[in-house]
Amino acid sequence: MLKIDGLRVNYGGIEAVKGITFQVPERQIVTLIGANGAGKSTTLRTIAGLVKPSAGRIRLQAEDITGMSPDRIVSKGITLVPEGRRVFPDLTVLENLKIGAYLRKDSLEDDLEWVYSLFPRLKERSWQAAGTLSGGEQQMLAVGRALMSRPKLMMMDEPSLGLAPLVVKDIFSIIKKVNEQGVTILLIEQNANMALHIADTAYVLETGRITLTGTGEELLNNEAVKKAYLG
Amino acid sequence: MQFALSIFLSGISLGGQYALIAIGYTLVYGILRLINFAHGDVFMVAGLLMVYLSAFLGSFLSPGAAIGVGLILVLALTVALGFAIERAAYKPLRSAPRMSVMISAIGVSYLLQNFATYITGGLPQTYPALPLLSNNVIIGGVSTKVVTVVTPFLVAVLVIALTQLINHTKVGMAMRAVAKDFETSQLMGIKINNVISMTFVIGSALAAVGSMLYFTNYPSIVPLSGSLPGLRAFVAAVFGGIGSIPGAVVGAFIVGMSESIIKGSPFSIFSDAFTFALLIVILVVKPTGLFGEKVTDKV
Ligand SMILES: Nc1ncnc2c1ncn2[C@@H]1O[C@H](COP(=O)(O)OP(=O)(O)OP(=O)(O)O)[C@@H](O)[C@H]1O
Ligand SMILES: [Mg+2]
Repeated sequence: MLKIDGLRVNYGGIEAVKGITFQVPERQIVTLIGANGAGKSTTLRTIAGLVKPSAGRIRLQAEDITGMSPDRIVSKGITLVPEGRRVFPDLTVLENLKIGAYLRKDSLEDDLEWVYSLFPRLKERSWQAAGTLSGGEQQMLAVGRALMSRPKLMMMDEPSLGLAPLVVKDIFSIIKKVNEQGVTILLIEQNANMALHIADTAYVLETGRITLTGTGEELLNNEAVKKAYLG
Repeated sequence: MQFALSIFLSGISLGGQYALIAIGYTLVYGILRLINFAHGDVFMVAGLLMVYLSAFLGSFLSPGAAIGVGLILVLALTVALGFAIERAAYKPLRSAPRMSVMISAIGVSYLLQNFATYITGGLPQTYPALPLLSNNVIIGGVSTKVVTVVTPFLVAVLVIALTQLINHTKVGMAMRAVAKDFETSQLMGIKINNVISMTFVIGSALAAVGSMLYFTNYPSIVPLSGSLPGLRAFVAAVFGGIGSIPGAVVGAFIVGMSESIIKGSPFSIFSDAFTFALLIVILVVKPTGLFGEKVTDKV
């Protein structure tokens, strides 16, 4: 579904992503794992159109989407749940969900029901300012907001960051559920154990390069991965 | 008693006019964290546009029609000016340090003033009398212009319309989102440049309305006519808490009322000094202003 080919990204003089090639097959959960500063967020931000690559191609199905503006990319069906959740603190929960559907002109009722059924907590708090939610609730809202654009591909940047293990479990089970309903997932995680358990395909990213590929299962049993990421 | 009433009337009318300018400062600051120094000069240009357009249109339209068409054209051209300033002078500096954008704003301010001097030859221009607004009325024994009475109501209507727009429409929601977080707004599919342009369009339109009300009370316009009202409106916006619309409105009425009271006292010569003393006091006592948000990382 998504094909990344020889992608390079520079920040000023520093090359954060040094020519990576990988694929996200339709309906799969794909994960990129890697240490701090490996270039994981940069990769997702480039696919989302926030950063322009210096070389390489990004293709969605047959279409070349390299260098398109973020709004065009959203309209193609790609959404990003950003690192650190980034909900709009002054907007209510409901407004945050509605703004996730900003480019859509059709009725939002069904999708609001869908998101509320995934996260009943959000429904109870729909009139509350998003800034007053707990960290876990904010993460749920960030995921719900992304789903409101009715994405084909949902990219998630460290959804488990700073959350209690029980909440992390909840979020991961929702990711699986959303995937079963037909949304392709590209997931970045430091929590490699959780990510590899639900991933169909996994890539290891080290200082801007992909060094290992396999199914989630294979990487879970790989000695090098065990040593570096599973502690 | 009549004296107090006349001070009160001129205070709320000045306050309303400053409010219309102050909203432009506060909206732009809220989104770009930029003090748009050119805003007072846009207000002055709107006044000059009315002078020239009414003369030009008056050469082939009836006086009433010339004023009516003139008002609409002034509104449209002022909006176009605000939009163009943002695109030409601020947008190319979107990722530059804030100080660079500020300097660009000061540059635009001088450009507009110099251009006005060039066009007018530095001579004061007489603002046309607007039908109805320029007429005199007697209220409680005090003679004043209709505009004095109309201003607070018109301001109330415009402010209510604006807050409805911001709080209850999709565009308004996008404005609030962009004011908080450019990048995440882009991830929602919002074109932030369009939203930023929108704030300049609204700010300029309100400044144009403000200029019609303000200059009706003054005999003439010179190229510097925008700078003092602009500064007072800016002080009002800071006083109320820059970034906050209700703050700008309340601040403007306080500044307008104090100005009117001082001008009616034996200390009238100090009225500008007082405005800035007010600014200093508020910055010392409550830097975020009456309704200001907490200082965020963007500042
Ligand atoms: N805006 C930026 N300007 C300059 N350098 C940046 C910028 N963003 C990231 N970098 C650099 O690019 C490299 C990759 O950063 P990136 O955020 O993609 O890493 P990451 O894999 O997501 O790390 P983490 O797990 O800590 O989130 C780092 O060396 C970082 O310092
Ligand atoms: Mg990261």
